[in-house]
Amino acid sequence: MPGKLKAKIVAGRHLPVMDRASDLTDAFVEVKFGNTTFKTDVFPKSLNPQWNSEWFKFEVDDEDLQDEPLQITVLDHDTYSANDAIGKVYIDIDPLLCSEAATRICGWFPIYDTIHGIRGEINVLVKVDLFNDLNSFRQSSCGVKFFCTTSIPRCYRAALVHGFVEELVVNEDPEYQWIDRIRTPRASNEARQRLISLMSGELQRKIGLKVLEMGGNAVVGYLQCFDLEGESGLVVRAIGTACTLDKLTPGTAPNTNTHSNTAPASNALSKDYSRARVCVRVREFPFFTLTCFPPGFLVHVGGVVSARSVKLLDRIHNPDEPETRDAWWEEIRQEIKSHAKALGCHAVVGYSESTSICEEVCILSASGTAAMLNPRFMREGCLDAGGSDHRFEDASPPSCGFCHIPYDEFNMPFPAQLTYCYRCRRQKVPDVLFTTIDLPAEAAVTGKGCLIQARLCRTKKKAQGEVNATAISNLLPFMEYELHTQLMNKLKLRSMNALFGLRIQISVGENMLLGLASATGVYLSALPAPGGIQVAGKTPSDLNYDQHIATMQKRINDTITKNKELYNIHPPESTEELVGSPIPDRQRSRLFRSTSESSDELLELDLSHGKKDAFVLEIDDTDAVEDIQSLLTDAPMPAGFYSCNTEVMPGIYNWTSGLQMFTSVRVYRLSNANLTNQGLNKIFTELCENLLKSLYFKLRSMIPCCLCHVNFTVAVPEEELIQMGAVRLNCVCVCGCVFVCLFVSGSGENEDQLQFSMELCADSTPSNNQPTSKPSGTPHQPEMSENSLNFNFPELSLRTTACKPRCSPLPEGRSRSLRSTRSMPCGAPVAVVKMTPLSFLPGTRIVKYLGIINMFFIRETTSLREEGGVSGFLHCFIAEVFAMVRAHVAALGGNAVVSYSMKECVFMENPNKNQAQCLINVSGDAVIFVRESEQEATPPLMSSGQISSTGADGTT
Amino acid sequence: MRMSVELDVFVGNTTIMDEEVYQFWLDGYTVNDAVKVRMEGGVLEECEASAEVLHSDTMDQYRTFQMCERLLHSPAKLANQLLFQIPPHRQAMLIERYYAFDGVFVREVLGKKLSKGTKKDLDDVSAKTGVTLKSCRRQFDNFKRVFKVVEELKGPLVENIRQHFLLSDQLARNYAAIVFFANNRFETGKKKLHYLTFQDFAFCAGQLISYWTVGAVDNMVEDMDVDLEKQFLQDLKELKILITDKDLLDQHKSLVCTALRGKTKVFNEMETNFKNLSRGLVNIAVKLTNTKDVRDFFIDLVEKFIEPCRSDKWTAGDMRLFLTHYTNSAHILDTFKHQVLWDRYMGVIKSCILKMYHD
Repeated sequence: MPGKLKAKIVAGRHLPVMDRASDLTDAFVEVKFGNTTFKTDVFPKSLNPQWNSEWFKFEVDDEDLQDEPLQITVLDHDTYSANDAIGKVYIDIDPLLCSEAATRICGWFPIYDTIHGIRGEINVLVKVDLFNDLNSFRQSSCGVKFFCTTSIPRCYRAALVHGFVEELVVNEDPEYQWIDRIRTPRASNEARQRLISLMSGELQRKIGLKVLEMGGNAVVGYLQCFDLEGESGLVVRAIGTACTLDKLTPGTAPNTNTHSNTAPASNALSKDYSRARVCVRVREFPFFTLTCFPPGFLVHVGGVVSARSVKLLDRIHNPDEPETRDAWWEEIRQEIKSHAKALGCHAVVGYSESTSICEEVCILSASGTAAMLNPRFMREGCLDAGGSDHRFEDASPPSCGFCHIPYDEFNMPFPAQLTYCYRCRRQKVPDVLFTTIDLPAEAAVTGKGCLIQARLCRTKKKAQGEVNATAISNLLPFMEYELHTQLMNKLKLRSMNALFGLRIQISVGENMLLGLASATGVYLSALPAPGGIQVAGKTPSDLNYDQHIATMQKRINDTITKNKELYNIHPPESTEELVGSPIPDRQRSRLFRSTSESSDELLELDLSHGKKDAFVLEIDDTDAVEDIQSLLTDAPMPAGFYSCNTEVMPGIYNWTSGLQMFTSVRVYRLSNANLTNQGLNKIFTELCENLLKSLYFKLRSMIPCCLCHVNFTVAVPEEELIQMGAVRLNCVCVCGCVFVCLFVSGSGENEDQLQFSMELCADSTPSNNQPTSKPSGTPHQPEMSENSLNFNFPELSLRTTACKPRCSPLPEGRSRSLRSTRSMPCGAPVAVVKMTPLSFLPGTRIVKYLGIINMFFIRETTSLREEGGVSGFLHCFIAEVFAMVRAHVAALGGNAVVSYSMKECVFMENPNKNQAQCLINVSGDAVIFVRESEQEATPPLMSSGQISSTGADGTT
Repeated sequence: MRMSVELDVFVGNTTIMDEEVYQFWLDGYTVNDAVKVRMEGGVLEECEASAEVLHSDTMDQYRTFQMCERLLHSPAKLANQLLFQIPPHRQAMLIERYYAFDGVFVREVLGKKLSKGTKKDLDDVSAKTGVTLKSCRRQFDNFKRVFKVVEELKGPLVENIRQHFLLSDQLARNYAAIVFFANNRFETGKKKLHYLTFQDFAFCAGQLISYWTVGAVDNMVEDMDVDLEKQFLQDLKELKILITDKDLLDQHKSLVCTALRGKTKVFNEMETNFKNLSRGLVNIAVKLTNTKDVRDFFIDLVEKFIEPCRSDKWTAGDMRLFLTHYTNSAHILDTFKHQVLWDRYMGVIKSCILKMYHD
């Protein structure tokens, strides 16, 4: 019995009125863990009860501690009838099981009901006493730290990177069990929430065990997803990168400006990392979910590798042996591995997996970036000798090394146009580079980056089973090809030569497939300048036609010129002559992809447009005309806005600490049966553009600013309602993004004004207002890598509020004078909790990671109209989810969530029955941050008896 | 091919609110009207947005405000609720604007009972004032809510309102006036009083609260600032001697006339009218024990004093001069023993009349 869980119920506030007669509530609380339940006394006739209970103690195995959530139920006591439930709070106690994370959970939690939403708040105190257990056969993995962040967490050092860990658990979905026919929606929702919570806990424990087996102590880049397979069950799966992390003691934290676009500020850091060793086991998959690496880790990048497979779902017969699902993923991973090998790479970085399900058809996708990791960091014999080692002998300049090709020049896996690197002139580089990772910190960039999206719709016939799966797998290669072409054209149009953070999502619906590719385009100084786009008619016959082409060509050229200006791309012209020969325009791809349907057949498409001049866009049919039109109709961003889907915006270095995370959801309904591909494409593009326009408008008060980590998700939900005649199609765009305000010194766009001052010593507090003056070069010069940033703080104040765990309640008796409560206003102000999908908060330093946040909520309503329709319902639900995440973080003693993401947002409605249901899954890392200006000050003491919160300003 | 937006939401971790849209919402504009006005305002050119974008934004904001409204009913909750993360200065703005009211509207209901009946008549008020019915209802409900809460609290009225509703000092004072008027049911709707603004009345209410209520004497009793002090009103009957005793009246008149001679252009009119004016003022004091006469306090002031003076074309300066000397001279009257009472009465009367006398 290796652990004791203790919980204390302190008080409640803002409870709903449960007794109409008295307008009050007789509330009590049930505290449940595993099969043990405790109850508090009834606190009669109050909306702000003070239970102040004893400590409820649960003596449990640590295995249970990892799997089970603490379940707190608030009820209204009723003498004559059954007690009414007010709502529940699930508390994941995992953060308390790790000595380096939170020590206690203490604070106000929203009381949540799946039908009514948030109904008041409850103040709870939770602690865990763990006993050491040296049993080697143990099933628990307490103490393994989990991070959603896809880079080495800011206050840790990677001593050893062990590699890929994955696990998957399956179960029956309670929503589809027979019992669901007789139980209430509330009971069904709660069963589902609880099951997923249990499964997540189990999954995390199992992954932890694998990590311990490998000798690691942490999982970085932990990505958990669940697949609602309907009738056939519920799958929760996770992947991550096992590491051994050493905590950096606060005094020696070497790098304070932990932007990933800032280069290592001192040698101390690179030394630290050079001791890091990577152990890639041959039999395992050499995959890394990281997207951001310690300097020197990444040697070469080959390009994007991806694999998709279409499967037919069947009922999972034995939940304890999820063999089929495991086998499916195994198959896909093998493909990825072989693709990487074909690119001359021994590892895959920035790796991720996803699914799209429509009825019984499921598309499994995996993608990553083939890469060479530094062999000096590897254990001997751990890697296949994938690349020829001679390349590593001559140390290439760090700023361009990753661009150099990892594959053999004379035995290329695909036709590629190689040139000598534009920076070092010694190694070959490709003309275009696509990757799924973040822009490496050391990369030299010309101008600024921008968000590039390719959007595509393809209709398909409605079909069942095998026929449907075949139809889908036949469509997939064409979709990938077209998305790729679109990306390439848009990249050229912006005069850029590389994509980072590429994420291609293909969603399947009943009668269409949607493809959405997002990436951040950038001009890498090491790569050759992209050529223009040339329009050519296939059969130039009459004058009109030629004229039409000429106008088109002019428009394209004008757009390119405009974009060069806009993104400030002015590469030095002279360099081209040094190469000796002009670079022929040639489009070529590094995208490997295969599609298979329950077979091992490997299909590799050569995505290059043959040996011909591939930059030429031939407009021989209406399709091509449409393509060009859509190419040119991408609305430009309003002035003052920048956007990207990576962690940092390439080419912009001066950030303020202003931050606004947001989520936007849209559902469109298409009402016409005669859908054509072209019409759909147009609509889909319009829809994405409109959403972006809306975002720009909403956030206009924050300019100059940058939308970072913009993450689009599309879905084509199946239609539950069959309406006469019209085909109804829903399309959900979920977009969890961050908005970081940046302060561009001066209003101009030219490089001189974007210069920033340098800090030479990274250990010291950055003196923000008196920059250590040493003028830096223009941002694209190599010296840049030695710069650290000077942050602009519009304000430096830090508000620290300490509120008592027991806040004075609202005056119950009406006649009490307000004066008496003046000294203790009812409830101290709520601490500000920041949320961001980035792994850092600009202008701040993360001093502690408190544990992973992984929450799943269901909300249902049977009074949709009364709650303001679908928009009102979802608006409220998302706000509630944010509130619950913030409350959990605050209770752990944190003041921010980093690497936050909304993994899932499934929305179903039935307007005729006035009903709707929504499922949301969110995750992130709870942290404590301090402003950089405050770093000399002692971090807030979370172990004191108060819920202290280091609230930063809540202003945006 | 048609495409319709079925669902469209935007939620920020820090709740985004546009003050301009908030005002439209408070003013009871429909979403479409608000969009129209915003378009005319030129936000569109500013960010190259379309009407659709504007509509979506307006809807989002309206929903946010609707969800916040419940909290605004007890503003203290806004600070410790968990649903919306709103910076403190924004919270203050939300509250202050929510409780702000239209001068024209409040003039219509000032002094009326804050009952269901009055609420039913709000559509007439709306038609008359041009304030939307929705906005009228919000303002009326605010009055009623504040009234209900402070009704049963001890301590100073303004301070109670300020703390319970987290309002600015100025707005709290205005609410105190509204509560005070509603409680004492002062008549403000008569035609003769139409020329007075809410601010005139609010000032007078402030004077009455400060000097004539129970709270002016004891600051820890219930309703101390809402009810006039009974004993004081009773005592006021003693002032009757100033007009019933002929000697005293003459003496008072000559003292005032001596002081004012040569200092005002309306001296003759004043001299002829003195006894009438003095009788008017003292009679008001004497009758204040009747609730009916308390209600008519302002109409009496206008009829008995302000109107006669206005027809004689007194300036505000004349008025001030007269009231100062009229008050002070009473101290020199040897047989008049109620100096303290007289000052307490005349201090308020003087400042009220000066506020209510528009040239």
